[in-house]
Formats: sequence, C-alpha cells, structure tokens
Amino acid sequence: MTTDNSPLTAEDPWHSLKQFTSARIALGHAGSSLPTKANLDFQLAHALAKDAANIPLDFGKLEQVLNVQGYKTLSLQTQAETHQIYLQRPDKGRLLNPASIESLQRTVQQIKAPDIAIIVADGLSSNAIENHAVPVLSLLIPRLCSKGYLVPPISLVKYGRVAIGDHISELFSARMCVVLIGERPGLSSPDSMGIYFTYQAKVGSTDADRNCISNIHKNGLSYEQAVEKLIFLITEADRLHFSGVRLKDETANISLEHTKKPANFLLD
Amino acid sequence: MTYKTQLDNVIYDFKTLRNLMAKASPARSGDYLAGLGALTNLERVAAQWLLADIPLKQFLNEALIPYEQDEVTRLIIDEHDNAAFAPIAHLTVGDFRNWLLSEQATTEALTAVAPGVTPEMAAAVSKIMRIQDLILAAKKCRVITRFRNTLGLEKRLSTRLQPNHPTDDPAGVAASLLDGLLYGSGDAVIGINPASDNLESTRALIQMLHDIIERYQIPTQSCVLAHVTTTLKAIEQGAPVDLVFQSIAGTEKANASFGINLNLLQEARQAALELNRGSIGNNCMYFETGQGSALSANAHGGMDQQTCEARAYAVARKFKPLLVNTVVGFIGPEYLYDGKQIIRAGLEDHFCGKLLGLPMGCDICYTNHAEADQDDMDMLLTQFAVAGGNFIMGVPGADDVMLNYQSTSFHDALYIRQLLGLRAAPEFEQWLQKHRIFDEANHLLPCSEVPDLFKPALQKLG
Repeated sequence: MTTDNSPLTAEDPWHSLKQFTSARIALGHAGSSLPTKANLDFQLAHALAKDAANIPLDFGKLEQVLNVQGYKTLSLQTQAETHQIYLQRPDKGRLLNPASIESLQRTVQQIKAPDIAIIVADGLSSNAIENHAVPVLSLLIPRLCSKGYLVPPISLVKYGRVAIGDHISELFSARMCVVLIGERPGLSSPDSMGIYFTYQAKVGSTDADRNCISNIHKNGLSYEQAVEKLIFLITEADRLHFSGVRLKDETANISLEHTKKPANFLLD
Repeated sequence: MTYKTQLDNVIYDFKTLRNLMAKASPARSGDYLAGLGALTNLERVAAQWLLADIPLKQFLNEALIPYEQDEVTRLIIDEHDNAAFAPIAHLTVGDFRNWLLSEQATTEALTAVAPGVTPEMAAAVSKIMRIQDLILAAKKCRVITRFRNTLGLEKRLSTRLQPNHPTDDPAGVAASLLDGLLYGSGDAVIGINPASDNLESTRALIQMLHDIIERYQIPTQSCVLAHVTTTLKAIEQGAPVDLVFQSIAGTEKANASFGINLNLLQEARQAALELNRGSIGNNCMYFETGQGSALSANAHGGMDQQTCEARAYAVARKFKPLLVNTVVGFIGPEYLYDGKQIIRAGLEDHFCGKLLGLPMGCDICYTNHAEADQDDMDMLLTQFAVAGGNFIMGVPGADDVMLNYQSTSFHDALYIRQLLGLRAAPEFEQWLQKHRIFDEANHLLPCSEVPDLFKPALQKLG
C-alpha cells in the first residue's frame, strides 16, 4: 500500500477578498466539504450566540451594580414562567405577572407620577444586557435628571418583550417609556442591545408608535451615539407629543459618515 | 356539513372545516400561540380521522375565509380548473393521500391535476401525511421554469447565490458573490437582500448585478429583494430588472400588511414582462413565503399557519414565477419551535407548492433562539433534496452577516449534489465547466490559482 501525500484540504487563492466583508468567504474545502477549522469556527460562533440566548441574565448582580451606583431598582417578571414559554409565547412576555403588578403598585403609591419609565429586559440576549445596560444607563440617567425629568426606580424585567414597557408605563402613569432589551443574537453579534422609545405608551401600543435604536455593541453603535439619539427622540417627542414612524431621527449617523467611493473590483 | 366524531369515548365537535384543519395540523408553536392547535394528541388524531373522510369537493363549497371578504379566496375559487379536478373529484382527503402514493399518480397525472387542486386540499392531505409521504409524492411532481436557464429538471438542484452585506457595500457584495461563483453557486438566481429599501441603493445593486452577469457572461438571472413598489419605480427609471421579488402571504389582510395586493403584483409582472429580458423563458417573478407570516401580521383569520402558507401558493401560482422560496426557519421559535417543527414545515411547504404546480425552493434556515442547529439543517437539506426540491440558498459559510440567521452554504450545496448525483442547471453547468471551476464530473477543480476569467479582477487587488 502506498501513502498519498497530497494535501487533505484545499485553500482558496482569493483570501484578498476578505478585506471587503465579514462574511465567511475563502474557507477552503476538504473534498467538497468545510475543512475542520472552518467548521469549528462556525460552531464556536454558534455556541456564543446560543449561550447569549439561553443562559439566564444574573438579575441579582445587575441590581447590585445599579444600587451601588445610586440607582433604585424594582425586580419584576412577566407572565412567562419559564424560558421555554417565553420563547413560544410573545404575548406572555408583554404583561407583568400578578405579584409584579402588586409590587409595582406599592412603589407607585410612594412616588410622584414620573416623566420617563426606564425598563431593562433580558429579551433574547442576556449578554447584551450584562455588557451594555449599565454603561448606557449611567450616561443616560444623569442627562435626564439634569433636564429635569423625573425618573422612577429602574424596572428590571425577567422574560420581557419590547411591549412590556407599555404595561409598566401605564401602571406608573409615565409620559414616556424607554426599554433596554437584548436583541436576537447573530453569529457575529451575540450581545447586541436595542433601545425602544415610546411616547405615552399603553397596553396595545404598536411598533408604529415606537422608535428603535438598534445594534448597540462593540462593533456597532457606541453608548454615546445611542444616548445622543435617545435624548434627541425624548426632547422631540416631548415637544411634538408623539413618537414612532412620524418622528424621524435627525441626528447624524456617524457610522455611515465614512462614505468612501463605491468601488467594485469585479467591474472596475 | 357537521364536523363531529367520537374517539375513545370522547365526543369532538370541530364545528367548522377551518377549525377541523387547525386541530388536525401536526403540532407547532405558532398554532398554539394563535390558540388554534389541538389540546391533546387524541384531539389531533380525532381531527385527522374526520378530515380523512371529508370529500375534496367540500373545499370548493366551504371557503375557510368567506369569498366576499378575501381576494385570495376569490382567486382560489374563481380560477379553479374543474376539468383538471375531474380525475380526483370523487375522492376524500384520505383517498387523495392513497392516490398520491399510488402508481396512478405519475408525473404526467400530477402535472395535469395541479390546476384542479386548491391550496386547502393540498394542506388538508399534507396534515395526514408522514414525512416519507411528503417526500415520495413531491418527488413525483416536476415543475420546470425558464428565464436565462432551465430550472427544475430531473437530477438537478439549483442554488440562489445570496451575497448580502450589512451596508450594501459594492465590493463587499462582490466578494461574497465571487466566492459563491467559484464554488458553483448561483444558477437559480443571484439575489441580494438589500440592507436599505430605498430606491437609489436598490437601483445601484440592480445595475451592478446586471453588469457582472453581462461582463462574465453568466447564464443566470439577478434579483434585488426590495419591496415590489420599489422595484416598479426602478423599472420606470430604466433599471435592468430581471426578476421582480415580493414576500407574499395567504390572506388579503396579511398581503395588505406587506403593502401589496393582487393588482399590484399583476402590474409588476407586466412591467417586468415588457422588459423582455429572459433569453429562453419569461418566468420573471420571485416570491418568498413562510409559515407564520399571516399570524405575525394578525391576519390569519382563524386558520392554522400551514393552511395560510398553502394559500400563499395560490397567489404565487397566478403569476407564473421562476422561483418560490419558503423561508422556513427565519421567523423564529414562536412559530416553529425547534428542528423537528422546522424540518416538517419545510417538507410540507415543498409538497404543497409542488402539488399546486410551483417551482419550490427552500431557505433551509434557523435563528439562534430556535432550538435548532447545523445537524437539523443537514437533515432538512438531505430530505429536501431527496424530495426533489428545485433550489436552496447559497450563503458564505452558512452565516448571513446582514440578516443575522443561518442558511445553507456553498459547501452544503456541493455536499448534497455529490451525495445524490445532482447537478446545476444545464446552461450554468456548461459555464462552470468552460471556465474550469468544475471538472467534467462536476467536482471542484483543485485550484492553486483562480480561473482565468476572474484573474484580472483579483490581480488588481494584489
């Protein structure tokens, strides 16, 4: 028997194209299939994204960090009892459970009607909240206070969808509502956070009533940019008395400003 | 007609055909979300027994959404071909399954009967079919379409090359596009999901795809998956549009939530036909669908999600598309919870679409919050190809960096072609061999260097 010494995998001689995209190109092949390295690279990214979606957020730790910084918090849960139910029943993630309603109502009796309810919900990525919620809040809340807005204790919500903010704002009788939530994790951005803003949110508000600031993560929108956009939306909504599709974000989109000349090596 | 039965000493009264269909549907999260799914396994089987005894004709008498309220229902009823229906007109749903699996149901018989089958009949019979039935019956259906190449021939499996980029950057798109071509992908269509739906960037992408196809003489067609109204405007302004894309659903209300109706689709098809850009055929529409879209728009009208999906195929059928793609796992676990539900849904969609005479492909895919992984995709990919699916997606490394989900890769297509002896569309296959991307046996040529055709482009990059 002779040994075949030809290489087991073939590399693709077009690695130079990787400068143009983060897509998984020029992976090479073993037979026609993915080489082991490319296969495991993918599994690694997938594991990170799955864990972001499935590992529960440590609410105790989040609460502690916020309390140490001087922010009061309120721990709440939606009607979803488990992660499985949460994933399959978006409707249950939009309403607080009875115990949480009671606890929120007790708080309401002790405070003046607030201007802006702030909600932090785990959503679909615990990593997103773990990494980005505190830095954004510590930029945001001082700005709101200096503008004279009254902010109630921060609602920390387990198994929350975006619309949980509607229920909470209604109970607080808050004029405006800001929800920080973990976005659907992608392979390249497992910890992306979104912020949803609604003026006069109430149960039954729709997506058309909201403004969304999405893609907050280390390769996406920065904390400063996100807070800048949010402050703009709050100020404008307070002046115009509405939010949503009619309220356009007119802050410069800094990430899109480095426009280079469109170039295409296949055609030039 | 009453829909009452007794099973294991329990009496079930399903009241309407619509409800009976929902209760007979194999379990999936979206039907529970809608409050429509069977509450016990016994209830589901009771519904399936009863459904098997319903004459196919009943679906022509009892519309699941009233004729007066829904233009999709009107389309289904008004365009039903009674002559084509005649050979199966005497059958019940249960016997229709037997017929589909019998030797009487040849490819010719299935092609002839297709215009006589309504979406509800297809959905009903699929609910009492196992995976192997869905595969066997679909495999006998053959739907061939043409634009610049021939798709859907026996022993062929095509791919949509999907070179998406998060900011529609031309070089970024071109990089994934070339990677795909060099892996033999792109005979079904080169189709980009634009990051932004505005007219200017849509036009730029359409022009770019046109220029690349012309420059390199690639026997395929292009599509930018913008909203149909955006594409119509692009056509008005002279953009070289090959295929018009639109997402469609199975109720008038769900289509309205997409901002479309049948007239608008008709207008778009007419506009594309007038450009007359197909060289060997004029199938110029590309539709995407997916179970759960009607419910997600709160427009399901009390129908289960699989029946809604089949009704979307009636919309597709009217416009003689080149490609229909069920994007099966994109919507998320609240509609299809795990790999098991995604796999069955993909095969149901393929079967129903083929039975109705459509060129079905499948975006075999999942999101990271669904209970699914690459193993599940491999199972659906293998079963879909065995069932004779027309096309799948080709995404670099299975990771779509714009849409943030996982689909099938260029490598996946090569795996399944190798395993089952499947080939690309003949015109495209010739091009691949001519430019030494594939050898005569359709294997990737060991390439220490890039094929001559693309050498100049890559040399510029150093």
